[in-house]
Amino acid sequence: MLIEAGHYALVLALAVCIVQTIVPIWGARRDDAALMEMGAACAVASFVCVAFSFVALSHAYLVSDFSIRNVVENSHSQKPLIYKLTGVWGNHEGSMLLWVLVLTIFAALVALLRRSLPARLRANALGVQGAIAVAFLLFILVTSNPFARLSPAPFEGRDLNPILQDPGLAIHPPLLYVGYVGLSIAFAFALAALIEGRIDAVWARAVRPWTLAAWAFLTLGISMGSYWAYYELGWGGFWFWDPVENASLMPWLAATALLHSVVVMERREALKVWTIFLAILAFSLSLVGTFLVRSGVLTSVHAFATDPGRGAFILGILTIFIGGGLALFAWRAPVLRQGGLFAPISREGALVVNNLLFSTACGTVLVGTLYPLALEALTGAKISVGPPFFNLTVGAIALPLLLLLPFGQQLAWKRGDVAGASQRLMAAFGLAILAALAVFAFTRGGPVLAPIGVGIGAFVTIGSVVEISSRAFGRGVGWRLAMRRAFGLPRAAWGTASAHFGVGITVLGLAAAAWSTETLVVMKPGDRAQVGPYTATLERVVPRSQANYREDVGLLRLTRADGTDAGTLEASKRLYLTRNMPTTEAGIRTMGLSQVYVSLGEAEPGGIGVRLYYKPFVLLIWIGSVFMAIGAFWAMTDRKYRVGAPVRAAVRAAEVREAQA
Amino acid sequence: MIAPARLLCAVFMALSAMAPVVTPALAVQPDEVLRDPALEARARDLSAELRCLVCQNQSIDDSDAPLARDLRLLVRERLQAGDSDAAIRDFVVARYGEFVLLRPPFAAHTLLLWLAPALLGAAGLFGVWRLARSRGRDATEAVALTPDEQAALAAATGTGDRDPA
Repeated sequence: MLIEAGHYALVLALAVCIVQTIVPIWGARRDDAALMEMGAACAVASFVCVAFSFVALSHAYLVSDFSIRNVVENSHSQKPLIYKLTGVWGNHEGSMLLWVLVLTIFAALVALLRRSLPARLRANALGVQGAIAVAFLLFILVTSNPFARLSPAPFEGRDLNPILQDPGLAIHPPLLYVGYVGLSIAFAFALAALIEGRIDAVWARAVRPWTLAAWAFLTLGISMGSYWAYYELGWGGFWFWDPVENASLMPWLAATALLHSVVVMERREALKVWTIFLAILAFSLSLVGTFLVRSGVLTSVHAFATDPGRGAFILGILTIFIGGGLALFAWRAPVLRQGGLFAPISREGALVVNNLLFSTACGTVLVGTLYPLALEALTGAKISVGPPFFNLTVGAIALPLLLLLPFGQQLAWKRGDVAGASQRLMAAFGLAILAALAVFAFTRGGPVLAPIGVGIGAFVTIGSVVEISSRAFGRGVGWRLAMRRAFGLPRAAWGTASAHFGVGITVLGLAAAAWSTETLVVMKPGDRAQVGPYTATLERVVPRSQANYREDVGLLRLTRADGTDAGTLEASKRLYLTRNMPTTEAGIRTMGLSQVYVSLGEAEPGGIGVRLYYKPFVLLIWIGSVFMAIGAFWAMTDRKYRVGAPVRAAVRAAEVREAQA
Repeated sequence: MIAPARLLCAVFMALSAMAPVVTPALAVQPDEVLRDPALEARARDLSAELRCLVCQNQSIDDSDAPLARDLRLLVRERLQAGDSDAAIRDFVVARYGEFVLLRPPFAAHTLLLWLAPALLGAAGLFGVWRLARSRGRDATEAVALTPDEQAALAAATGTGDRDPA
C-alpha cells in the first residue's frame, strides 16, 4: 500500500511540476505577483511528494519487500542494514529517484530561502527548475519505475553488486548528485536571465552561493569516489580517466570556470554573456554525464543499468535542455549589455585566463571521451583514448594554471601590477624552489620530475597564504594590526585562500606519489617483505564467514627498521555468495599522512600472491579536496550572501542617497 | 574495469614528454616478473599503454583477465628476444588493431583528437582577443555624449555647481 502511495506521489509530483513550469513564467510575463508566487508553492509541494515517494521506496528496502522488482534485483534479506538503505540508490531506478529528490530539494530551497531575489528572476528560475523536474519525473515513470511489483514474489533477493556494498556508496553518489543537480540552479537562473533579457550583479550575487555549494559537493563527491576506487579496486590507483570519471570531471571543470567568472560579474559586471554560457554548459555536462553513464554508449564500471530505450529518452531530454538552452542563449544573449572595462593585466584578466584554461581542459576531456565513439560512427575505425592521452593533454593545461594561480590572486581589479605581484610572491617562489631543491637533494636517485611537482605544490600552497598575508600586512603595519586586518577580511577572501591552499596540498600529494613503492611477492605465513621503510610479516591467513560473504583474511604485522612494532593490517579476498562474485578488500594502515596498502592476489604454489605498496603522503590528495570544499562553504557564509543582507544594504544605500539629497 | 593513471603524471607529463615516472599499481603476477629490472621496467611501461581487450577500459597491466596475462607474457617474450618498444607495439597492433593502444597514435584520423587542446585554446584566445578589441573600440567611441545627455548635462550644470552625488 505504501508502495502504491509512493508511486502515486511521484505522479502527483509530476502534475505539480507541470504547473510549476507554466504558471510562474506566465506570471512573470504578465507581471502578476500571485501567479509568480505559485512557483514557490509548487516547488515546496513537489519536494514533499518526491520525498514521500523516496521514503516509501526506502521503507521497501529496509523491510526487504521482495514483491518489488527493484528490491529483489538489488537487495538481500541478510545484508547489513546500512547497505539495505544505500541499496536504494545503488541501482538505476533508485538513483534517478535520488536525482529528482535532490532537484526538488534545491527548488524548494530557492523557493524558501531567497525571498530577497527579484520576484521575476525567481519565478522564471523556478519555472525552469520545474521543467527539468517534469522531464526527469516522466523519465522515471515511463522507463524506470522503481515501484514495479513482481508476482509471485520470490523469497530472497539477488543482492546488491558486492563492489557497491561499501560505506562509499552511502556517501559518494549523494554528494555527487547534490553537486550535479546543484548546477541546475545556475542553469535555471541563466535561462531566467535570458528569458527576462536582463542580467546584472544582483544576478551574480544570487547565483554565486548556489554555484559554490554545488561545486563544493561535486569536489567532495569526486574526491570521495576517487578514495573509494583507491581502496576498493585493490591496485592503489586513484584516478583512471574512466569515461564516467570524465563525465563527473567535465561539469567540475566547467563549474570551476563558472565560479571564477561569476566573481568577475559580481564585482565588475563584466563577462556577462560568457558567464551565462558557462552556467548552461556546466549543467549540460551534468546531463551528458547522466547520459553517458546510463545509455550504454560507454562501458565502464559504473554502468549498472544500460538500456538503449532509456538512452533514447535521456537523449531526448538532453536535446531539449541543452539545445533549448543554447538556442535561447543564441537568441537572447545579444540583448545583454556588456559591463565594466578592464586592462589585460588585472584580476579580471587573470580570471579570463583561468576560464580559458579550464574551458580548454573541459573541452579536451570531452573530445577525448567522445572521439572514439564519433570516429567509429563515421569511419568504423576503433581506437582507444586512455590515460596516456589525458595525462599529457590535461597536464599540459594544468601546469600554466597552477603557476599563474598565485599571480592572479595578487593582481588588483581593473588594472594590475605585475612587478608588485611578483615582489609579493618572491618569498613564496623562493621557498618553493628551496623545497624542490631540498627534496631533490634528500631523495637523490629518485624520480627527477617529482621534486618540480613538489615545488609547484609548495608555490601554490604558500601563495594562498600570501593571499591573506599580503592583504593584512602593509608598510608600517605591526603584527597586532595585521592580525586584526586579516580577521577583518571578508569570508569570501578566506574561502578563496582555503580553496587555493587545498589545490596546492593536492598537488603535493600527487607529486609524492612518485615515491610510492610497490612489492610483488609470493608469501606464506612467517614470510617477510620490505614495504617502504617497513618490514611486513604475513602472520597467518584465516578463513572467515559473514552472513552474505566468505573471505580469506591475511593478517600482516608491520615493523620499523629499528625493529619496533608499527601495527597490523588485514587484507582479504571475499566471495559474495549470492552473486558468486569475488572482491579484493585492501588492507590499509595509515601512518600520519602516508599509507601502507596491501592487497591479496591468487593462491600460488608455495603461498599466496601479495602486493604491498608504500604510499608516502598519499592522503594529501584527498585532504586538499576537503580544503577546497571548506573554502567554498566558507565563502558561502560571506555576509553579502546571507539572507536579507542585500536588502539591508539597499535600504542603507537609499538612506545615504536621501541624506545626501 | 578501470585502468590506473595518476593526475600526478598529468603534472609531470606536462613538464616533459617523458614516460610516466610513477610505477603503476599492477595486476602482474609474481611469476611473470623478468629478472632484468631494466627490461621489467620497460615491460611495465609498455603494458600500461596496452588495453585489455576483454575488460572495460583497463590496461593489461591492471587486469586479472587471462587474456591480459597472455599479452603481458607476450610483451615480455618479445622484450627478451630483443625487440624495441616500437616493434612490440607494432606487433600487438598488427594482431589486435589500434583499439589496443591506450595512447592513440598521431595520424590523420586522430589529428583532431591530438590537436583538440591547441585548437580549443586558440579558439578561446581568438575570442578573448576579439572581445578585447571591440571593448577597446567601445571605450574610445563611447566618450562622445548624445545630444540628450549634453542637454541633461547642461541642465545639471546650469542649475548650480553642487556635487551631483
